[in-house]
Amino acid sequence: MTVGLFIPCYVDQFYPQAGIATLQLLERLGVDVVYPPKQTCCGQPMANSGFSHLTQDCDDLITESFAEFDYVVVPSGSCALHIKDHLHSDKHPDDARHLRTKVYELVEFLTDILKVKDLKARFPHKVGVHQSCHGLRGLHLSQMSELVAPPFSKPEQLLNMVEGIELIPLSRVDECCGFGGTFCVAEEAVSAKMGKDRVADHISHGAEYITGADLSCLMHMEGILRRQKSNVKVMHIAEILNSL
Amino acid sequence: MKDHAALSEEFNIDEPRVNWHDETLWLIRQKRDKAVHGIPEWEWLRETASQVKNNVLSNLSAYLEQFEANALANGVFVHWAADANEHNEIIHSILRKHQVERMVKSKSMLTEECHLNDYLTENGIEVIDSDLGERIVQLGNEHPSHIVLPCIHKKKEEIGDLFHKYLGTAAGESDPQILTEAARQHLRETFLTRKVALTGVNFAVAETGEFVVCTNEGNADMGAHLADVHIASMGIEKIIPERKHLGVFLRLLTRSATGQPITTYSSHFKSPRQGQEMHIVLVDNGRSRQLGRENFRNSLKCIRCGSCMNTCPVYRRSGGHSYHSVISGPIGSILAPNLDMKEFADLPFASTLCGSCSNVCPVKIDIHNQLYKWRQVLVKEGYVSNTKAISMKTMTWVISFPALFAFAGKTGRWAMKNLPFLVNNKLNPWYKAREMPVPPKESFRDWYVKNRGQK
Amino acid sequence: MSSREKILALVKANQPSLTSLPSLDIPVDVHLDLVENFTFIATNIGSRVMEVSGFDEIKETIAKLFLPGRIVSSFPELADIAEIQLTDPDPHSLANVNLAVLGAELGVSENGALWLSENNMMQRVLPFICQHLALVVNKKSIVANMHEAYRVLGNNNPGFGAFIAGPSKTADIEQSLVLGAHGPRSMTVFLI
Repeated sequence: MTVGLFIPCYVDQFYPQAGIATLQLLERLGVDVVYPPKQTCCGQPMANSGFSHLTQDCDDLITESFAEFDYVVVPSGSCALHIKDHLHSDKHPDDARHLRTKVYELVEFLTDILKVKDLKARFPHKVGVHQSCHGLRGLHLSQMSELVAPPFSKPEQLLNMVEGIELIPLSRVDECCGFGGTFCVAEEAVSAKMGKDRVADHISHGAEYITGADLSCLMHMEGILRRQKSNVKVMHIAEILNSL
Repeated sequence: MKDHAALSEEFNIDEPRVNWHDETLWLIRQKRDKAVHGIPEWEWLRETASQVKNNVLSNLSAYLEQFEANALANGVFVHWAADANEHNEIIHSILRKHQVERMVKSKSMLTEECHLNDYLTENGIEVIDSDLGERIVQLGNEHPSHIVLPCIHKKKEEIGDLFHKYLGTAAGESDPQILTEAARQHLRETFLTRKVALTGVNFAVAETGEFVVCTNEGNADMGAHLADVHIASMGIEKIIPERKHLGVFLRLLTRSATGQPITTYSSHFKSPRQGQEMHIVLVDNGRSRQLGRENFRNSLKCIRCGSCMNTCPVYRRSGGHSYHSVISGPIGSILAPNLDMKEFADLPFASTLCGSCSNVCPVKIDIHNQLYKWRQVLVKEGYVSNTKAISMKTMTWVISFPALFAFAGKTGRWAMKNLPFLVNNKLNPWYKAREMPVPPKESFRDWYVKNRGQK
Repeated sequence: MSSREKILALVKANQPSLTSLPSLDIPVDVHLDLVENFTFIATNIGSRVMEVSGFDEIKETIAKLFLPGRIVSSFPELADIAEIQLTDPDPHSLANVNLAVLGAELGVSENGALWLSENNMMQRVLPFICQHLALVVNKKSIVANMHEAYRVLGNNNPGFGAFIAGPSKTADIEQSLVLGAHGPRSMTVFLI
């Protein structure tokens, strides 16, 4: 099995360690991983701002870069969902359509495709799990609090395999952090307030780390935490699952 | 005119008040959760309601004619209003016919949409809103900030001041029990002296020609049963096919809205009482146009429960008035651009697209997907500011070229590390309340070339 | 073209192709004691529920809770304590009623609501304008949920009817629940 690794633009630029952890974790689990060099961005920042008609070049690049792989794995729920829902290419329509069916966010790839049952990882800390909205309500990585349906959580299923970890409860299990792509600057006041409130929920329950499957949310919360000079850190779930 | 972002910023100046607003609405979301988790068939109910509404929209012209025929047979006058103005004129003509200059009104978001109160006031007619929350915002010369909880933005002390000024309660009195009692006395006098009462409509049954009005206070009934003339204003999308479908919607409505199992009163009006005159005004006002927009027609399924507002993390922290439209919150943001794309171009952007609204919606409107789709329409139609358009185009251009992207990334990181004042200043909205991410020494791309380059 | 024709033409032109109506058969079975659950829910939403053996007991309770004051009832059994015939047809004449005792046709277990049709209201405004409302319902007339309720009622509506669930209430001031907004301040359900 050969997996094409899609590293979102801001992860490449600001959080390379999450990309490295994703790569190493997949390799440790016996997967052949390739990072195609021509990839850039999934196009979501433009599309969510109403400019989906401008993402064609971007979509062509993704399609050309990843057509050859069995699966595409993305350590970001939001980017994975965007490709799944919106990728289209007039140049390679069939490839694009096919690609949409084989894109996986990292967590769901581990639980649903690799069916990981145990991990050699150790992370003796109190950790709060942030359910990113696109991973949660778009990819159904966990059960959504609004629905009358049996509970489950794929991120927690994996984190519970990590030795020494203590997952803390939250008052609002799946409230949005307020990042929202360009929302974070276009609607600065509400975005920042949402981030503060989300972080406060984790802190009040004793989190040392906030983790999740989407670094965009974590980047937002990290910005708030650092402004507050808090000791609480954010860490992508791949880094915890890959920690020894 | 200020947009949602600017109005939200103002709302956020008083942070303790934002916390209070957020927590009050979250409590209602929790009540809703508790109520719906007691119904094992909840998701089936939502799906069923959604399918009934799909059927309604697909057969609306026939249902409207059927409803009209039955209502006429029941002895009710039926009027059709193409727009807000015609609606207001119809109401005014009924009042004129009866030579009445004072009217009592129960809750109707449609009359808010048509700005009926302003119209009638200008024509010398006094209107008193009888829903307590609506009466409060009316006394405060405001508009409802929430479709179910009109004065959810107001503190009891502020309401106490209004009541002191207008209803003669003691200065400084803010006990909800005492204030409600004062409103009861004031409005009872109103109900007993008004000859015309206007109500909204929650559901209208095509099969029987009857319509259902839901209230907790009993104000619709007090008004209608004491008045000589009862006028009911309804949007054409309020139709449901058969009476048995009421069972589905009445189970969903209040559990979604407030967590109650049902409203105190679900009144089924079929024909006027002896000696009374009953009118129904069927209002289009853009609904038929929205029906023709394939991507947005589902918004017409809305039963006005307000649950999308209560769950919306943005609404809770920006307040209903920040949406500067009659219906606020997520559902308002997909309804308003249909009425005026230019005026409401900002609303579909007033969301993180978190999707909680679509999950609580009792008729399964894909609200967050429609917000996304409206954004595409509004940009294409040219209703988004130039600066945003230009920066998006630049970004698109950069990320479309891998080499340039890598370069821009390096430059950007270099700039951030070395010239922090360039980006880490107050001109960057991110930086106002958040630190910038710390740029690493190398990007993932660089690391990969170095460490896996041979592969 | 009249607005009616204009609206109907636009709707017809813009409505999507016909979709079918879903079945209303609930996919899950819930077995609850209907009366017990009704009592629980109705009490939760502010009603006072009492199981009574007959009208003597109802009279005793009324005497204890609601006298003095004007009492109006549709039940001839209560003739010695209530007006059972309204002499003035003007609904405004009911403004001073303290208690109305009326018969409900059915009760709904899932939400504590009772269906009352115009036939049992004496005047439409009566159950809303009285200071206190008491409804009498046969225990055998408690159905499980709203689907059942409409199945039993069919299209039966003489002109006006209502589901009434508890006393009139509001929470418009800072979400503080206050009973007795415009209508009855209390609701008593007599289960017979």
